[in-house]
Amino acid sequence: MSDTLNQEETLEQQIERIVNQQVAKALDSQIIELKKQLQAPQKKKQARKVAIIASKGTLDMAYPPLILATAAAAMGAEVQIFFTFYGLNILRKDKNASLQVAPIGNPAMPVPIPNIIGMLPGMTPAATKMMQGMFSKHNVQTIPQLLQDAVELDVKLIGCQMTMDVMNIKKELFVDGVEIGGAATFLKFAFDADVSLFI
Amino acid sequence: MSQEFKVAQVLDARGKSCPGPIIALKKAFKNIEAGEVLEVQATDPGSVEDFKAWTEETGNLLLDSRSSGGVYTYYIQKSED
Repeated sequence: MSDTLNQEETLEQQIERIVNQQVAKALDSQIIELKKQLQAPQKKKQARKVAIIASKGTLDMAYPPLILATAAAAMGAEVQIFFTFYGLNILRKDKNASLQVAPIGNPAMPVPIPNIIGMLPGMTPAATKMMQGMFSKHNVQTIPQLLQDAVELDVKLIGCQMTMDVMNIKKELFVDGVEIGGAATFLKFAFDADVSLFI
Repeated sequence: MSQEFKVAQVLDARGKSCPGPIIALKKAFKNIEAGEVLEVQATDPGSVEDFKAWTEETGNLLLDSRSSGGVYTYYIQKSED
């Protein structure tokens, strides 16, 4: 009788031991798996997002959105530029190589020009020529070149539908690779962006 | 003490202004393998801080940066993707 009991106990103990072993093994592999999962997101972090609105069409104001967009893309970020109002000129094949800067009402010109002289015919082309010369002397890329870089770096270029309609600008005037969208298109991306800029 | 690195490729970004050097760097990095070292030469003084920022952000390793006669030389090792 006692012999059978002992045997039963031993059997129970055996079962318990085996179960414990199996559970421990299963837990161990689960823990290893969880640790892997924990480390994984740190290793492969999600790409940062940069959302830029380009609303100006003068030579000086065309640079910042393109410089920041290409730099951000070069740093691995996902970048969108939303071109609206005068900013659409940056996208235009017929205009983006000849964007201008006006000396009138611009006291920050490298060589300040009094408004009464700045208003004379020929002053805007002269100021533009001077600024273009300064850029090229320092090997700063031209606007068309920067735009080309942006396309190559997968920067998403979006033309604003509404302002295109208002100013009667057709998509065919733009460089290749431009998408057309509205405020919601930009905002949907910008909601999750790490950097949002209005230029 | 200038350490020598086994350089896989040399990128000449001399004369380029911001953001030229880091755009060129990004493009050149596509053509080297993880573990390999890219040597970059630049003359843009802004590249000193820009290359530091670029490597920190992208997780690649700036092994060394040197400057001599207006030319900055960087040694950057590509990390695993």
